[in-house]
Formats: sequence, structure tokens, C-alpha cells
Amino acid sequence: MRRDLYAVYSIWLREMLRFFRLKSRLFGSIASPFFFLAFLGIGFGNGASLPGIPEGIGYVSFLTPGIIGMTLLFSATFAGLSVLWDREFGFLKEIMVSPVSRIAIVLGRTAGGLTTGILQAVIIMLSGILLGMTVPSLGGFLLSLVFMILIATTFIGLGLAFASKMEDMSGFSLIMNFLIFPLFFLSGALFPLDRFPAAIKVLAYINPLTYGVDGLRYSLIGTSAFSPVTDFAILGVSCVAMLFLGAYLFETTEVN
Amino acid sequence: MKGIHDPAISMQGLTKKFGETIAVNQIDLEIEKGELFGLLGANGAGKTTIIKMLTTMLTPTAGEARVWGYNVAKERSEVRSSIGVVFQDPAIDSMLTGRENLDFHGRMYGMDAPLRRARIAEVLELVDLAEKADVRMQDYSGGMKRRLEIARGLMHHPHVLFLDEPTLGLDAQTRRYIWQYLRDINKELKVTIILTTHYMEEADFLCDRVAIMDNGKIVALDTPENLKDMIGSETITLETESGQEAMMKILQSFPWIKSINSNNGTIELQVDHAQSRIPKIMLEANRNSVVITSVGLRKPTLEDAFLKYTGRKLKDTAGDSNSMANMMFRRHG
Repeated sequence: MRRDLYAVYSIWLREMLRFFRLKSRLFGSIASPFFFLAFLGIGFGNGASLPGIPEGIGYVSFLTPGIIGMTLLFSATFAGLSVLWDREFGFLKEIMVSPVSRIAIVLGRTAGGLTTGILQAVIIMLSGILLGMTVPSLGGFLLSLVFMILIATTFIGLGLAFASKMEDMSGFSLIMNFLIFPLFFLSGALFPLDRFPAAIKVLAYINPLTYGVDGLRYSLIGTSAFSPVTDFAILGVSCVAMLFLGAYLFETTEVN
Repeated sequence: MKGIHDPAISMQGLTKKFGETIAVNQIDLEIEKGELFGLLGANGAGKTTIIKMLTTMLTPTAGEARVWGYNVAKERSEVRSSIGVVFQDPAIDSMLTGRENLDFHGRMYGMDAPLRRARIAEVLELVDLAEKADVRMQDYSGGMKRRLEIARGLMHHPHVLFLDEPTLGLDAQTRRYIWQYLRDINKELKVTIILTTHYMEEADFLCDRVAIMDNGKIVALDTPENLKDMIGSETITLETESGQEAMMKILQSFPWIKSINSNNGTIELQVDHAQSRIPKIMLEANRNSVVITSVGLRKPTLEDAFLKYTGRKLKDTAGDSNSMANMMFRRHG
């Protein structure tokens, strides 16, 4: 037990050291959501009100929670998939041959991915405020952290599940282009879901990120398409399910 | 450990199949506590697969193996706590310093901070890396990385240390150093060591006992000395300038020559006590006016034993295609 707690901490600490040492990764991962936020926000203008966005809500206010969701989606999936890097560079063997329970390994990785993901998300939130998003209340900010944790954990689980079943990194761009980007575009992060035709809306409704972005909007700008309880319940279920799936597949993985 | 007299490692009918391919075929083997044991074989002979099963990285297809008394398939956690492993390819985080890699390892084995600090200092001393402890491992040489991995493998006081090709790809001098470290660890710290190698000198120099592997089976098992003795005679090589036929005739008159082979002016003789026979050969050659231009004497090596048992020569291939691909990837990565 004590060993497992040490292990969770050890794996988390390693993620932190790597994250802050790899400056290019730090800036690289924050750059693309920042550009989305800045260019879309400036391009559409904060004053302009897009059809479907409630009266009195500026586009930057509407967009920022969506881009926070994007940041978490990408960083969390990467964190889960980073098992692949460890496999490629051999370090996974060092982890797997240790007498630590596999659950502790998964929890350590999740803790690491959560920390780095939420850190980036908060940076994006501050950027949004600088670009004109209305400043959220303290309660709203704290509630948004809960949604951030649920979003990040869901997609860490997803990344872990894929990484456990993939032999090498050749499938990586496939996952990026055919899973992560569609999840992003189908989440209502950039514009209201009402603008989708019904068939595509169905896809949005089975996308956990949709409820994450909606929950973030409720927390930060006080408007949402679903009730926050619905958002929380659906996202909570997907979070637990994905984490178990990731942990289960990771446990059955063999290290060659 | 369940009984004091149990072997450190035992395998009964240990088998691993990958699809149709049988990588390890019905191995029965016991390794005693305190032994420095070598698995010698060409690439693909099954050495690494055995190590992976013993270290719980792969599950046996059939048969049973115990490490320090624990079943490798059913008591994985206990096995993992009893062993240290140095893998064939580096298993370090090169973004971290040597000390951070060791610290990570110590925590994974449940060591608290004061214990880790003390142990890290000890094992770094053991492999002469104390000065490089706070350098990121991306700046380590291949030999330094391997030494740090050996230090790491020892950090949690394992009963058994596994090393898969510990000197693969290292230069001759570094290889000598590593041999020395391994010997010290085995003799002074009483750690049981199992290593795989395809270097004959390595097995010969280091190991108390050697198992020669071929096609997933053990084809010979003994001390390096006994394996060489079984080959028997020493080989004398003579090169003659002229009169090779006369020379052959002379040699055939010596009863102590076990066999003769001649080829393009080179004659190979199998004899015992070769050093005391050479003067006699030279004397007789001189009397019959045969000009010998060169004399060579070769004692049997482990290579000869290997050749005899497997029917093939061990080529110094620097790794299989798989690890080559990894290395290429790494260079770009």
C-alpha cells in the first residue's frame, strides 16, 4: 500500500519534471489552442453575436470554455498515449517490472496528466479573460475545475486504452485526425450545436466532450444547452467508464 | 524464499510459443543461490524470452518457473520484489538525471527518502558514477547508461539480478569494466546473477556455469572449463614452405597425434600437451629438410564447444533487426 502511494507520487513527479523540462512541449501544447482562441476570437469579434448564442454573450466568452475543453482533450489524450513513448524508448519496462500494482501506475499517470492538463487549461482561461471573456465568479471557477477534472480523466483513459492496444506509434496520426479532431469539432466548442443537421447532432450527443464544454460554459459564463446536472452525470459516467477501460487494457498489456 | 536449500531459480518444462513459433522449448534448469550463470546462444536462441518469462514480462505458454521460490505466473508481485533487471535496450528516462532515475526506481520499490539517499550514494559509488549523478541521462555515454542501469538494478537489494546482453554494443574497455563490476557484485554482495550473452569471452570470463542454447533448447550445461575440456585436445597449426607430403608422413608416425588435417600448405593437428610436442615436430621436420615457416598453438575455447554443440558459428551480430529498427527510430526521435 505504502509502496503504491509512493509509486503514484513517483510517476506523477516524473511527469512534472518532464513537462517543465521539455519547454518545446509546454509551448507547443499551449500554442494551438491559444491560436484558435485568439484568431477566432479576434476574427469574429467579441461584440458580434453568432446565431444560436444567447443574447448578451460575446463570442470570446462563448468560445473560451470551448477552447479550454479543446486544451484538455488534446493534453489528456496525449498524457494517456504517452505510454507509447515509454514503450518506444524502453522506460515502460522499468515501470512494468517493478512490484507496483498496475492500478497505481494508471493512477500516477492520470494524476500527472490531470495536473499538466488543468495547468494549461487555466492558462487558456486567463488568455480568454485578456481577450475579453467575462471574468467568472469564484464559485463558477471552482465548479469549472470539477468539469476540467472529469474531461481530462475521460480522455486520459481513452488515450491509455489506445496506447495499451497499439504496438508502436504508427497509428498515432490516425487517432489524431480521425478521433481527436472530430471529437473537438463535434463538441460545440466553436459554435452552438443547433447549427448542425440532426444526423450530425446525434454524433455530438454521444461525444463526452460536448457535456464537458457545456458544463464549462455553465460554470464560467452562466449559459448552457443542457442542465449542469445532466452535464455532470453524463460526464461522470464517461469518466469512470473510460478510466476503467484504460486501466483494464493497460493491465493486460505485454511488454516486448 | 520458502526453503533455505531451494535453488534461486528453477524451471520445469518451461515453454513459450509465439503463434506457431516455439521460442523456448521445454527447459528444465536449476540455478543455485550465489551463482553467476550465463545463457549463451545466438540471436533468436531463446535467451531473452527466458529472461522475460523469469522477470514476469511474458507469461509462459506451458511449464513452470520459480524465482526465489515464487511462481513467475502466479506470484508476480513477489517475484518482482525479489529481482533486479537490466534490459537489453536502455530502459531509462533520458530527460531525467541519473539521480532522478534512481530516485524514481527507489520509490517504485517502496524505499523512503533517507533510505533512497543512502542507497543511491552507495550504488553510484559501486559503478563510479557519483560525479555524473546530476547530469541528465541524454548526455551519458552508452557505457555510463549501462552502468547506471546496473546500479539501479541493485538499488533495492534484489536477491537475483538479471542482465540481458549487458555489454552489447559497448567498446572493449567498457566491457572489461562491466565484467569487473559484475564479478564484484556477485562475489562480495552475494547476489545471484543470470546473464544472457552471445560473446564467448564474456561467458568464459564471468560465468560459474554456462548453458549453451540453440533453437529454444539447452544443448549443453556445465562450467566453462568443463565445456572446453570436453572438446579435448589442443590444436597445432603448421605452415610449410615445401615438403608438405613428407611432413604428413612424419606426422603420421607420431602415435600421440589424434587427427591431422591439411589444406593448402597448412596442417592442423589435434594433440594433448601440445607445448611439449612442438619441439619434437620441429626436430623431425629439420632432419627431413622440411621448411616450416610458422607454428601456431590454440587451446580449445568456448567457441569450439559452442560449435560442437550447436553445429554453427556464433557471428558477432550486433542485435536483431528489431532492435536495429529501434535504434534507428531513436536517432530520429
